[in-house]
Amino acid sequence: MTYLNSFLFVGTICLIGQLILDNTKLTPGHITSLFTALGALLSFLGIYKLFIDWAGIGASIPITSFGNLLYQSCYEGYKMNGILGMFTHLLGGTSGGISSAIIFATILTVIFKARD
Amino acid sequence: MKQEEYQELVKQLTPKEKRLSHALIAFVSGGMVGVFSTLVYEILTTTFALGKSSATIWTVIILIGVSSLLTALGFFDRWVKKCQCGLIIPTSGFAHSVTSSALDYKKDGLITGLGANFFKLAGSVILYGIISAFLLTVIKVVFYG
Repeated sequence: MTYLNSFLFVGTICLIGQLILDNTKLTPGHITSLFTALGALLSFLGIYKLFIDWAGIGASIPITSFGNLLYQSCYEGYKMNGILGMFTHLLGGTSGGISSAIIFATILTVIFKARD
Repeated sequence: MKQEEYQELVKQLTPKEKRLSHALIAFVSGGMVGVFSTLVYEILTTTFALGKSSATIWTVIILIGVSSLLTALGFFDRWVKKCQCGLIIPTSGFAHSVTSSALDYKKDGLITGLGANFFKLAGSVILYGIISAFLLTVIKVVFYG
């Protein structure tokens, strides 16, 4: 059941993205940025939590989860340490994703060459 | 003919069926990324007995690692061309953009090439994600306490 839900959730987000890409002038860069901001907005409205309850790990896979994690970390930071906490905790939740992307990309760039 | 006019013309001439098949491919390929992640997550929680939050972060890291490796090996560019949003919207797209720009600009030197262009595409995601999260937190704090 979790497999089906995560298939449907990730698939639907990608479908929406593809429809925007094909029917407007927006580039993939616009769409990923838009979806990240949208994830933060859905998190702010308390809707993203429902997605996580329904789709489980599937909800953490699209780029929207980036926005969700950023907003959650920022708000958690405020609750813990006030305005300073907003600055110090903002990147907390997404650190795993960003750091791993940087580290893997650097290691792989040292080993491999560009292909064209 | 200006580039915008040309793109408009291309859009008009692109058959509807093609858009439909693009959408379908994006749906199925995106869904498969979801299924793959669930499989990884299930293995982590059962075989390795990790907690829910650790397993979630590990799953995202593994997805990023796999897509970076596939990008470096040269498979991912072709797949992204075919699946488009199916692979761009999941976190795999983030990893792909970082790794491919790192590889592309490696020849221009460590600082002006690799360093300056590392976040060429992924930078906007981070920037607008941070700005929107910060502003929304301010709104939440000011209006809802």
